[in-house]
Amino acid sequence: MGVDVVVDRLGETYSEPLMTSSAATPFPHRHLLGIEYLSPDEISALLDLSDAYVDLNRRPEKKLSRMRGRTQINLFFETSTRTKTSFELAGKRLGADVINMSVEGSAIKKGETLIDTAMTLNAMQPDAMVIRHSDSGAADLLSQKVNGSVINAGDGSHAHPTQALLDALTIRRRLGRLQGLTVAICGDILHSRVARSNIQLLNKMGALVRVVAPPTLLPAAVDRLGVEVHHDMVAGLKNADIVMMLRLQSERMKGAFVPSIREYFRYYGLDRDKLAHANPDALIMHPGPMNRGVEIDTEVADDINRSVIREQVEMGVAVRMACLDALVHQELVSPTEARA
Amino acid sequence: MAENIAFTNARLLDPASGTDIPGDVLVKNGAIADIGSLFANGAPDDCSIVDCGGHCLAPGLIDMMATLGEPGREHKETIATGTQAAAAGGITTVVASPDTRPIMDEIALVEFLDRQAQASGVINVLPSASITKGMAGTEMTEIGLLTEAGAALFTDGYRSISNPQVLRRALSYASHFDALISHHTEVPELAGDGVMNDGETATRLGLGGIPNIAETIMLERDLRITELTGGRYHAASISTSESVAAMRVAKDKGLRVTCGVAPYHFSLNEYEVGHYRTFTKVSPPLRSEADREAIVAGLADGTIDIIASHHRPEDPEAKRLPFAQAAYGAAGLETMFLIGLELYHKGQLSLLDLLARMALRPADILGLPQGRLARGAPADMVIFNPDTPARIDAAAFQSKSKNSPFDQRPVQGKVLRTVVGGVTVFEAE
Repeated sequence: MGVDVVVDRLGETYSEPLMTSSAATPFPHRHLLGIEYLSPDEISALLDLSDAYVDLNRRPEKKLSRMRGRTQINLFFETSTRTKTSFELAGKRLGADVINMSVEGSAIKKGETLIDTAMTLNAMQPDAMVIRHSDSGAADLLSQKVNGSVINAGDGSHAHPTQALLDALTIRRRLGRLQGLTVAICGDILHSRVARSNIQLLNKMGALVRVVAPPTLLPAAVDRLGVEVHHDMVAGLKNADIVMMLRLQSERMKGAFVPSIREYFRYYGLDRDKLAHANPDALIMHPGPMNRGVEIDTEVADDINRSVIREQVEMGVAVRMACLDALVHQELVSPTEARA
Repeated sequence: MAENIAFTNARLLDPASGTDIPGDVLVKNGAIADIGSLFANGAPDDCSIVDCGGHCLAPGLIDMMATLGEPGREHKETIATGTQAAAAGGITTVVASPDTRPIMDEIALVEFLDRQAQASGVINVLPSASITKGMAGTEMTEIGLLTEAGAALFTDGYRSISNPQVLRRALSYASHFDALISHHTEVPELAGDGVMNDGETATRLGLGGIPNIAETIMLERDLRITELTGGRYHAASISTSESVAAMRVAKDKGLRVTCGVAPYHFSLNEYEVGHYRTFTKVSPPLRSEADREAIVAGLADGTIDIIASHHRPEDPEAKRLPFAQAAYGAAGLETMFLIGLELYHKGQLSLLDLLARMALRPADILGLPQGRLARGAPADMVIFNPDTPARIDAAAFQSKSKNSPFDQRPVQGKVLRTVVGGVTVFEAE
């Protein structure tokens, strides 16, 4: 491939672009580990390209050739339905050969370390590795050991950058902007990588971010992340443009973090009454999978005018196509060219 | 109570305003309508008159911790007998401990207690709920919903939450609802098989000892957790000089922490165990004389906020056992005030300060309008003579249980009348 690999001291590696067409802009990142490495302009450009891929994905003929001959390995150490499927479709629609590896049946089960697995897979020359892992920093570690691109599909409670990008795309397509919007992220902030990545992205793009949760579900010093902190849903949702609900895992609602489902829903579940305090046209988002009757009322989740939860899933495929495309080529093709 | 009642010829004692003057109280519709020298020319005709005979009239006492037996322990106490005992002791509001069967950890149980209190209680009964489900010390209860249902505070009774993470999360969670967490502080592993204070007496008696550090380590742990989480923390019952010192430090730091003591911790020491007197088996245990003196000093300087009865009724079968096997706890509703008056008679606490520890501070901690003689406040009052010589007679208790370590103790003071919402609920013969 003849790629010049540059490794800086932070371990973030990138390579010189191989070719620059007139219609493409450089995207000097080899990995997508978190939102912190992206500039606002790069985020906007990724969303522009994603927009083009949304259009393509709505055509009957969806196959492109931008990743023809490239190999993508999806390495999922945590169970996942939508993210894995989304990344698989994204790679395939770009023409890549996509391999799914899950922990079941892998050498990990036999005691192999993450690095050994990575080195083994790396020897097979993949161009992109998509990793999900229950430990924060796993994607980072992997990126230090492989030659191809690493995309973080969720590591522990740390980051889920493609989720933040697809959320941003969903919002931008509905409301036309991110700048100046008030976004309330509600629920289990403590354990949420989605929340952390969204806080970073939305702050970079000039949105006002609030977190709303009981004190037990907020991490220490969360206010230092540049968010308004609320323990009360009514105050937290007041005049919000976006209400982003997070999943509360069932083992966390039996008394350790919150007393019960009943109490959690009463104070933190999104229902009509609480939603009434947000802006009248506020959008409802959820990264899925939803716990109906725990963090969100069915009536609200299925409100076709307000809930964009299904749209988020559609945007996911397009965003992941844009990310794979940009990382593998280290450039962002212009949306017009991508559509052609 | 539409009736107007004039309480005349009283010595008015109000810890909130520091008042100690002769005067009268006019009660209308169950609330205090006026106070002061009201009836120099006789009470108005539309009033019934209670002549206080120059005796003390003070806000009714508020007891932040008493076991009332219902549901599930009705053979030891009921709300009817418990509140009658409380009334006889000058208490007008009591927080019912959640150590019932089943344990008060569900909304339905709090509502049940409320209904029982309305039906058979003669004074105000405030339900409390456990901090953890089944008081198992692992999973927090529905602190928000239980607060809405009327739980005045949260406590695991005489059990301590040994897992600090559980207490941390409970305090943190409760802070959003401004709920009060009241905690019994004793490291179970350090208490071990101890049944009385660790030391010479325990050694001579061959009984297992509970060292002071069992209490103070957990208290200091709790205070540090509260410093991290915020929220309102109350150490239910402290007994050691080290605990008083720890509370003093925490209060100097400005933490929202309070603490209470039981009457036996400022009036008795470990020698009272004598020859295995199981009525002196209490938790935390009776401590050394130096600890007792430190508790008195803590009460005097305000480090210790409140005195609660820690009424823990036990039937004879639970106490007529070898010391190690006997149940913990002492009946305390009827003796709390009389034992408290000893502090006054010894010159360790003024009457007003004693009333602050037993009425005003508990009211403030619980957010109640009671605890003061003020216009508009509920007419919950106690009329007493602090000087009447008497002897405590457990056999004459209103309480179903007679397990008092103070039985036959000579005391000075007598509750003459207890009034709740303008209604006399106890009157001495």
